[in-house]
Amino acid sequence: MKHKVATTVNGHRHEHEVEPRLLLVHYLRDVVGLTGTHIGCDTSQCGACTILVDGKAVKSCTMFAVQAEGRNLTTIEGMAKDGQLHPLQQAFWDEHGLQCGYCTPGFIMAAAYLLSQNPNPTDDEIRKGLEGNLCRCTGYVNIIKSVKSAAAAMGGAPARAGEKSVAGR
Amino acid sequence: MAVTTMIGAKIHRREDPRLVTGHGSYVDDMQQVGMAYMSVVRSSQAHARIKSIDITDASKAPGVVAIYTARDFKAVLSGGLPVTESLIADKKYVPNQFPIAESEVVYFGEPVAVVLADERYQAADAAERVQVEYELLPVVVDFEKAMQNGSEKAHSDGPDNIAWDVNFPGGDIDAAFKEADVTVKERIIQQRVFPMSMEPRTVMANFVPFANQLTLWTSTQVPHFVRIFLCFGLGIPESQIRVIAPDVGGGFGSKLRPYPEEYLAAASSKLSGRPVKWVEGRTENLQATTHGRGHIFDIEVAAKKDGTLLGLKVTNLSDNGAYVGVFGALQSALALLLAPGCYKWKAVHGRTVGILTNKMSTDPYRGAGRPEAAHLVERAVDLVAQELKMDPADLRRKNFPSEAEFPFTNALGMVYDSGNYAKTLDKAQQMVGYEDLRRRQSELRKQGRYLGIGLSTYVEICGVGPSAATSHVSGNLSLVESSVVRVHPTGSVTVAVGTHSHGQGHDTTFAQIVADALGVPYDSVEIHHGDTADTPFGYGTYGSRSLAVGGISIYTSCQKVVDKAKKIAAHMLEAADDDVVFDQGRFHVKGSPERAKTMGEVALAAHLPGLPEGMEAGLEAVTYFDPPNFTWPFGAHICVVEVDPDTGAVDIQKYIAVDDCGNIINPMIVDGQIHGGVAQGIGQALFEEVVYAEDTGQLRTGTLLDYNIPGMGEIPELELDRTITPSPTNVLGVKGVGEAGTIAASAAVINAVVDALSPFGIKHVDMPASPDRLWKMIKEARK
Repeated sequence: MKHKVATTVNGHRHEHEVEPRLLLVHYLRDVVGLTGTHIGCDTSQCGACTILVDGKAVKSCTMFAVQAEGRNLTTIEGMAKDGQLHPLQQAFWDEHGLQCGYCTPGFIMAAAYLLSQNPNPTDDEIRKGLEGNLCRCTGYVNIIKSVKSAAAAMGGAPARAGEKSVAGR
Repeated sequence: MAVTTMIGAKIHRREDPRLVTGHGSYVDDMQQVGMAYMSVVRSSQAHARIKSIDITDASKAPGVVAIYTARDFKAVLSGGLPVTESLIADKKYVPNQFPIAESEVVYFGEPVAVVLADERYQAADAAERVQVEYELLPVVVDFEKAMQNGSEKAHSDGPDNIAWDVNFPGGDIDAAFKEADVTVKERIIQQRVFPMSMEPRTVMANFVPFANQLTLWTSTQVPHFVRIFLCFGLGIPESQIRVIAPDVGGGFGSKLRPYPEEYLAAASSKLSGRPVKWVEGRTENLQATTHGRGHIFDIEVAAKKDGTLLGLKVTNLSDNGAYVGVFGALQSALALLLAPGCYKWKAVHGRTVGILTNKMSTDPYRGAGRPEAAHLVERAVDLVAQELKMDPADLRRKNFPSEAEFPFTNALGMVYDSGNYAKTLDKAQQMVGYEDLRRRQSELRKQGRYLGIGLSTYVEICGVGPSAATSHVSGNLSLVESSVVRVHPTGSVTVAVGTHSHGQGHDTTFAQIVADALGVPYDSVEIHHGDTADTPFGYGTYGSRSLAVGGISIYTSCQKVVDKAKKIAAHMLEAADDDVVFDQGRFHVKGSPERAKTMGEVALAAHLPGLPEGMEAGLEAVTYFDPPNFTWPFGAHICVVEVDPDTGAVDIQKYIAVDDCGNIINPMIVDGQIHGGVAQGIGQALFEEVVYAEDTGQLRTGTLLDYNIPGMGEIPELELDRTITPSPTNVLGVKGVGEAGTIAASAAVINAVVDALSPFGIKHVDMPASPDRLWKMIKEARK
């Protein structure tokens, strides 16, 4: 027995018929076709599948697709606007906040929510705010830098003195 | 040499824009028309005879396409998974592993059947309905007990549980111990850990019936290696198999072997005539992807009372799991060959015994033998320092080879190419404020506070490998690395390499090398890797080898291109070849810099008529680079902890890492590698441990709920610096950095914890140094 579900994902309206047990993350990946939201565990520890549901960070493996009826969903694909990276995306790039990139979309979405609640977080607040996301590559050092740098770029904090660097493509 | 603006520069990674926007392409992001999902039915028992497999009920489940067991696969698969057998010099019993169990399961999670269904959830549902009846057999979990005569056997038809028993003699060990004023002994346990790449393994196979062609997308570090073994297993010519490792979400050594599911997905596609995808869940990943470490090291150290190190005896027991890992024995070999560390010993003697148990195989995990070596020798020197009441930094410095002694041959015959060990230690001590910290430590002790300072001065081995050195220990693999550098008529460059990048940023660093070597714009260089259809045969990425072997291969190809381009330029400039100089991307006549041709102009000419007499058109080169030696990065890490004696909690207050990986291509990427490596070392030291139930062999740390990898709150800020001692082994002077952080970190942390608790008379702490473990030790010591 399938159920109708209508959602708005990154500003676009979608209507599908889905099984009631379909996880939101599988709905996004397999039904809507947005594969930027990743799956890193099956017990809701890793946070790789974090998206925004009506602006709030949610691990999309903890919701059924049918529970997203009428909700506004934002995934990593919805962050860049008009060909411009979101300041968090730019900051993760600038600060080497990612290596294999698998956990990155989840971190960026969780950080987006954190900054919406606390535009100028301290290191400790970032550590607490993102404790639901796991990364195995970076040791988190540059993720913290990335979030601080994005906060500065978004006007939440004084700009950090930039390191000398060469811009690559 | 051409322009050198790119090598050494902090270039932002070209990989990142697509990855930060959700446009990466991992295997589960792809689909094939008509694709079925594969779910693997896994053994619920660690050791049992399979009495029956009943698929009647499962076959009726919605969407089921087919259900296959070993009997079905035997029609299309032969042989077994590879093991680098010749590494096991004194091979005893190495059981063959068919990708799926037929009559006996030997570890919890071993495949026993696969289900194909139209949809993801349907495959999982139907797999639940496959009924397997088992007759339980005795379970072997404790590997020390398993090596004893008369032990129960991990394989019922095996002679015993001993996979290998090899000695590594180095010098006159008895004489070294006779000379000793002090000897210390310790048992050092390297617990099993999960590599835990954030992307679990994923495979998609598409066999084209009647064409006998297979395309396999797989989350691997070694696409060419996987292809070879699929060719053997499936009987499909290597040329008709294409293996693609697209974006791969981390590997850490756990994706550097062919796996059962790669064979099973490919064979299922062949049997069913449909493309097949298998996605490993995390819980499945913990059962079915190889584990790291899993060793006991019994060590005995001899020293003089002035702190001069004399002899080191190491007995290594390796918990292989049910099947010897593809590179399982390599880890023990490396752990022993590197056991001397960065110290001058008169003699070092090692013995390793590989032991079969009813568990998942152990195979490389970041460092693969070197973290074990560094941990044991760094613990050993601290034990001696504690015994002699010497400062551990002084004792280390006393036993380092001096800079002038390089190349330095260690007690087991390994030749360290270059080093200045005292320099990294000096720098780390300055950074941490060592003298002040020691004073502060004794003040705090008076207040009942327990500060600990832990040193780890490591040396490691990278750049595997010189074929002459590796072939006898790698199953006759040459471990060279390949590259093709092709300059197109319009001057842009495509480079294809046999290595694979899964987070290391090769697309960026390799392009930096090429831009400099050819004198072309960085943006005009494209790097290809991971697809066997457009890259030359290569051994892949592991062992921190990609730069020191793959990178040098690329550089060598570039030099060949420059050599040819120079001849073309000379012809164009109507000058003798020897009169043309290559500088800053331009070929000019000696003494007349204005008479010049750019690489782009030469590239176009190379594809047009009018080339020098007898010269072929085109501008490209191929290299299979076989390095003359390994490379030997080193460094000094210092960890400062405070242990709460009432709770056993460890607070890392400072972590200093001074590393020397030779010349640097991209400092940002090097630092990132150190960060991640250190975090994994801290994870092993304080948090992580794979636990199997002793009686049943069930995996007790079976989900990410039960197994603690460090989160953001667990990793402190890391303070990094470096020294640069170029490697004389290769033309770029590079060494490698992928594993250094992990190799150094666990010893630094544990030495700090032991140092903190030394007032309690504690001399050694096993990993993970959890609050529970430490609280019990402190409580016991206070009695």
